Amino acid sequence: MTNPALASLLSQPSGRLDMLPYAALLDLAFERVDDELQLIMPFDETLIGSPGRLHGGAISGLLELAGLLTVIAAQPEGEALPRVRPVTVTVDFMREGATQETRAAASITKLGRRVVNVHAQAWQGSREKPTAAAHINFVLDWPER
Amino acid sequence: MTAFAEQVAQFMGPFVGRVPHNKKLGLRFIASGDRWVELQLPYAPHLLVDPDHGIWASGPIITLMDTCVGMASMLARGAFEPHATLDLRTDYVRSPKPEATVTARGECYRMTRQIAFVRGLAHDGDPADPIAHVAGTFMFAASKLQGGWQ
Repeated sequence: MTNPALASLLSQPSGRLDMLPYAALLDLAFERVDDELQLIMPFDETLIGSPGRLHGGAISGLLELAGLLTVIAAQPEGEALPRVRPVTVTVDFMREGATQETRAAASITKLGRRVVNVHAQAWQGSREKPTAAAHINFVLDWPER
Repeated sequence: MTAFAEQVAQFMGPFVGRVPHNKKLGLRFIASGDRWVELQLPYAPHLLVDPDHGIWASGPIITLMDTCVGMASMLARGAFEPHATLDLRTDYVRSPKPEATVTARGECYRMTRQIAFVRGLAHDGDPADPIAHVAGTFMFAASKLQGGWQ
């Protein structure tokens, strides 16, 4: 799931994530804001889950990708990259996802060699009013040496 | 089946696949009962996160499960009432096989005045060998209820 091309893309100040087909489906872009990797999901009719609201699954998908890409970006440069896979994901939904742009970012609680614990947040407009948050545990599979 | 469950199976079931985001992913309705729903998500290249290795993104699986258990909670409620996901935990037991069709079955195992407690499994052919397990809660606007739920 991770490769050097993705890691090098993420070292740019901003860009699109079309390299990942599901991220392309969500029309995702990223931006580095003060050292933090933020994902941007523009509003689109195809994200609707019920009248006037984003699908919770699309918001969850955004949160997970924010977590995944933050973990990949945190791997040391120049080394073989591990495959990063989510094992458990718990999403809390705080507010309705309105029909507008959604952003998400993640912070690493513990960066281990085998397990990474991550907290991700999604918001619209004001970061003080999160739309949803996720606690994600990723397992890293290292290539054999 | 209750009259409401039959109504859902006949009219609302097929509608699930026409919800814009579900339609975008290719999700489809299979069957439903009094408080359970079965949905499917056939493989499509846009569901992958790593096309080089055929690895599925996990977001589409969450979307499938969220839709499935959400609909199960509506069935258990016995009425079309607005509800929102409070939380949803997904355990990814293993990756789906490449190009597999993922089937999800979700049920509402307990309904209270305000909260629906749900659980579900996703598999790619054999329910005894699941790819994901979910547990979650949905919140209903209890004030809209006539009469009491236990």
